Amino acid sequence: MVKLVNVNKFFGDLHVLKDINLQVAEGEKLVIIGPSGSGKSTTVRCMNFLEEPTSGQVYIDGVQLTHKNKTELVRRSTAMVFQQFNLYPHKTVLENLTLAPIKLQKVPKAEAVERAYKYLDIVGLREKADSYPATLSGGQQQRVAIARALCSRAKIILFDEPTSALDPETVQEVLDVMIRLASEKNITMVIVTHEMGFARQVADRVIFMDAGRIVEEGPPEHFFTNPTEERTKAFLSKILR
Amino acid sequence: MIEQILTPWRWQTLLTQWPTLLRAFLTTLEASVLALLLALVLGVIFGLMSTSHHRLPRVVARIYVEFFQNTPLMIQLFFVFFALPYVGVSLPAFACGVLCVGVYTGAYISEVVRAGIQSIPLGQFEAAHSQGFTYLQTMLLIILPQTARIILPPLVNQCVNLIKNTSVLAMIAGGDLMYVANNWATNGNASYGPAYLIIGVLYFLLCFPLSTWARRYEEKLQRQDTQRPAAGKEAAA
Ligand SMILES: Nc1ncnc2c1ncn2[C@@H]1O[C@H](COP(=O)(O)OP(=O)(O)OP(=O)(O)O)[C@@H](O)[C@H]1O
Ligand SMILES: [Mg+2]
Repeated sequence: MVKLVNVNKFFGDLHVLKDINLQVAEGEKLVIIGPSGSGKSTTVRCMNFLEEPTSGQVYIDGVQLTHKNKTELVRRSTAMVFQQFNLYPHKTVLENLTLAPIKLQKVPKAEAVERAYKYLDIVGLREKADSYPATLSGGQQQRVAIARALCSRAKIILFDEPTSALDPETVQEVLDVMIRLASEKNITMVIVTHEMGFARQVADRVIFMDAGRIVEEGPPEHFFTNPTEERTKAFLSKILR
Repeated sequence: MIEQILTPWRWQTLLTQWPTLLRAFLTTLEASVLALLLALVLGVIFGLMSTSHHRLPRVVARIYVEFFQNTPLMIQLFFVFFALPYVGVSLPAFACGVLCVGVYTGAYISEVVRAGIQSIPLGQFEAAHSQGFTYLQTMLLIILPQTARIILPPLVNQCVNLIKNTSVLAMIAGGDLMYVANNWATNGNASYGPAYLIIGVLYFLLCFPLSTWARRYEEKLQRQDTQRPAAGKEAAA
């Protein structure tokens, strides 16, 4: 589904990703954890070309992502949920959800609206369809952002710390939506998060990154109960304290 | 001067020529509208270019802006009207005025548009990219509509400057308000005072409502932004 081959990324002299090799299977729920600055976001952002790898290749469904095909391939295959929600503030919730389907996928308006309501129901915000994002709470905005990602019908959904900008009391409502989503067999999810309980619950596989490398990976049981690497242990003991 | 203004017959002679005045007023209005259209088109195009990731469009936009902002409009106009005919390009006075005022104001509007685009949080561009919008779609559907709200007041102020600047048409016999006033003032009666007062009032009538509206709108935006800390926080993040 998604494959990173020898991906390296530099920001100027800063070597942020070092030979990342990673494959995400169709329907897999992959969670990426690691300390701040370890390159988690950059890894995920390479998957939709928000960052262009300095060297190495990214494949989506076996097709290499390039400058030429990125818009087309990203449009068709991936969607992203951001830490800061990034809803379009000048558009209502409903318009946020229907803009891309109508303009990019040429879905007829009535059908796009119907689809939008379906996903608003899933995130529990049907009654907010005509509201503007600024009038919603952070948790509600993020649920709208998830609905917007779903409206694109992309098979791969990328989440970059979707709950890190939220007030503590609204974190759970967003996690609940994502947990429900994770029960869908055919959606591939790549999730960067610091919510370890949630990670354990939804992940098929967990990746631990540190200083631009994948240090350890494995199923959550192994990962959280007896990690092999010292650095993983140190990180987990700090975060699970 | 005072004596002129206090002499009723000077006013009477001028006001009996109101059809000339009306024609001049319409000429100024028409020149303003056409120049504004040109300035808006140029302003958006060069404003977009100056926020490009590529160097070349940025450099071209920079040169355009710096050149037209740092030379007098009058010289630009004289160059086009008096110098270009020597290389076979000769335009009627009115077209010259529209072209020069439009291109000149376009440079200022391009800076307004650039600042507007740069005030939009990076996350908006990233969201659009992550959905697969092309560059042009991103700008037209997502970024520019958001900047419109912010840049409207400075845009209207540029429009006011533009209207006043159409008075350069007088220098090449463009038939605008300023030109008519000059004619009246110098046609032997020496009615300087009344002539310039009358057209001054007419310019004021065009510009004052616009700048007042811009100021009110800007105050309204500021009130909204202080009343909605949530939205402000989101924009700052
Ligand atoms: N656009 C950029 N320009 C320069 N340096 C950057 C840029 N984006 C990220 N970096 C640097 O790259 C490194 C990895 O960043 P990245 O955002 O991938 O880390 P992260 O693991 O997501 O961290 P966090 O948990 O804080 O989000 C950091 O040192 C960061 O400062
Ligand atoms: Mg990050």
